[in-house]
Amino acid sequence: MPTSTSEPGDGSGAVYDLAVVGAGPAGLAAADAAAGFGLRVALVDAGSRLGGQYYRHPGPELGAARPGKLHHGWAVFARLCERLAASPLVDHLAGHHVWAVEAGVPGEQGRPWRLHATRGPGAADRAAVPARAVLLATGAHERHLPFPGWTLPGVVTAGGAQAMLKSSLVLPGRRVVVSGSGPLLLAAASSLVSAGAKVPAIVEATSYLGYARGLPVLAGNPAKLAEGASHGARLLRHGVRLRRGSAVVEAHGTDRVTAVTVARLDARWKPVPGSGRRIACDALAIGHGLVPQIELAAELGAETVTGPDGAVALKVDAEQRTSVPGLWAAGETCGVGGADLALAEGVLAAHAVAGRPAPARETAVRRRRRAFAALMAAAHVPGPDWTGWVTDDTDVCRCEEVPAGEIRAAVEELGAGDARTVKLLTRAGMGWCQGRMCGPAVARLSGGGAGRPDSRPLSCPVPLAQLAEPRD
Amino acid sequence: MDPLDLVGAEPGPARTILFDGRPVPALPGRTLAAALWADGVLAWRTTRGGGRPRGAFCGIGQCFDCLATVNGRPNQRLCLLPAEHGDTVTTQEGHGRADLDV
Repeated sequence: MPTSTSEPGDGSGAVYDLAVVGAGPAGLAAADAAAGFGLRVALVDAGSRLGGQYYRHPGPELGAARPGKLHHGWAVFARLCERLAASPLVDHLAGHHVWAVEAGVPGEQGRPWRLHATRGPGAADRAAVPARAVLLATGAHERHLPFPGWTLPGVVTAGGAQAMLKSSLVLPGRRVVVSGSGPLLLAAASSLVSAGAKVPAIVEATSYLGYARGLPVLAGNPAKLAEGASHGARLLRHGVRLRRGSAVVEAHGTDRVTAVTVARLDARWKPVPGSGRRIACDALAIGHGLVPQIELAAELGAETVTGPDGAVALKVDAEQRTSVPGLWAAGETCGVGGADLALAEGVLAAHAVAGRPAPARETAVRRRRRAFAALMAAAHVPGPDWTGWVTDDTDVCRCEEVPAGEIRAAVEELGAGDARTVKLLTRAGMGWCQGRMCGPAVARLSGGGAGRPDSRPLSCPVPLAQLAEPRD
Repeated sequence: MDPLDLVGAEPGPARTILFDGRPVPALPGRTLAAALWADGVLAWRTTRGGGRPRGAFCGIGQCFDCLATVNGRPNQRLCLLPAEHGDTVTTQEGHGRADLDV
């Protein structure tokens, strides 16, 4: 597998059979399977190394002898990398951040799809990748709920703490509280204690009772239970305490976090008065589940589905086809469900692109894991009264520094009824991150749910010089 | 135990970056944000409105909280940039374009 950070192709205008966007579990499995069918594949990824967020790992300069120590299923990743490296049919286009996908027209007389990517700040740092079919394996980013003090240095995302640890082998602090909701908290805490941090508490807002409603689903997913048990055992060994039905409702400090207040929550996630307890820490890792990254497909008008937790994902059929002909999707892009599911969906998509029947094993894995994902999402839906811990002077939009009081005024005094109107009146969600961090919270504070997918014509920042260049 | 021990890392010699004029060691393969974390530095920007300190939040280039001025260029995401020997990182105040007077 040639790896390139330069312009793809040999100048002859060769069109790939398949362009895969994202080199995480879904994209890797898809590229491997597609190459196995003889398809010529471009594996296009923003990162410098294969693996995406899940298999994020240190660069060779750090000389890690045992990179798998921070991972589940490292052997699967290592095997995929070996096979891809040996394949002459797959080009890894590293450091290519795809900002838009231009739809192709199918058929002999048609024209190929084109992926537009940026590779850096210069006018020439752009690429256009032509392909007959496109598979989006773009993954997800985290969802966050604001609380007083959440903008203090030392408050990081649970996924961010893991990402920095996995790739750069660093910790945000020595004593890290982990808080929010969802299975990522256990995984993040487990990594942190393995790497030498003290985790005085994992604070999980739900009671986990939601899982009890899905016993048959749990029974059908023993691997997920084993994964949870393995995290649980490590956390027990390190004396980490799991506080269920509680939340960090305030982070304290002036220049950085020095302590948090943890309060018990009622069933609607309203803090129980008088239940607050202070825990000293020098970092706090937070997260409330994940949101699929679907911008590229949303711009093409692909149909979406709203999951049990309100997150909007791409709608796909049993063979991972989106509603746009020629566009496939796999993994978290179709709803958050973990690496095993992403691997299976990548393989399913590759079969479909190659015109092969769906393999039975992956079809069965998909069925079981999608049921588990739905159970998990329902078990961790934020209760409606979390807004009760957000004070009027809590910044909700981190980029534009828009406090909750301004959002509430836009709703109560100016009549805004949805996130878009609030954005226009307050600039919440209009800053650098384009609402990726505050979007779900602003939607809830506006009185609306997640509703429709975010629409962003450019999925990432693109230097104007690259847009101004004449068409390739 | 620390993260380097956990994975049996044997990195090459540290590079040196300058953070607000102070030398900070940066192991090869680390990002600028990671080099600063490893040195106990969590903030390298003050916000445009409230002048509040910020550093890395999402760690994957999505949140833009980790912006700073790198080698004279403002608004660089430190969580994405590999630390190179001699890089100068300056705490970014506001929008980082004081020279433009906007």
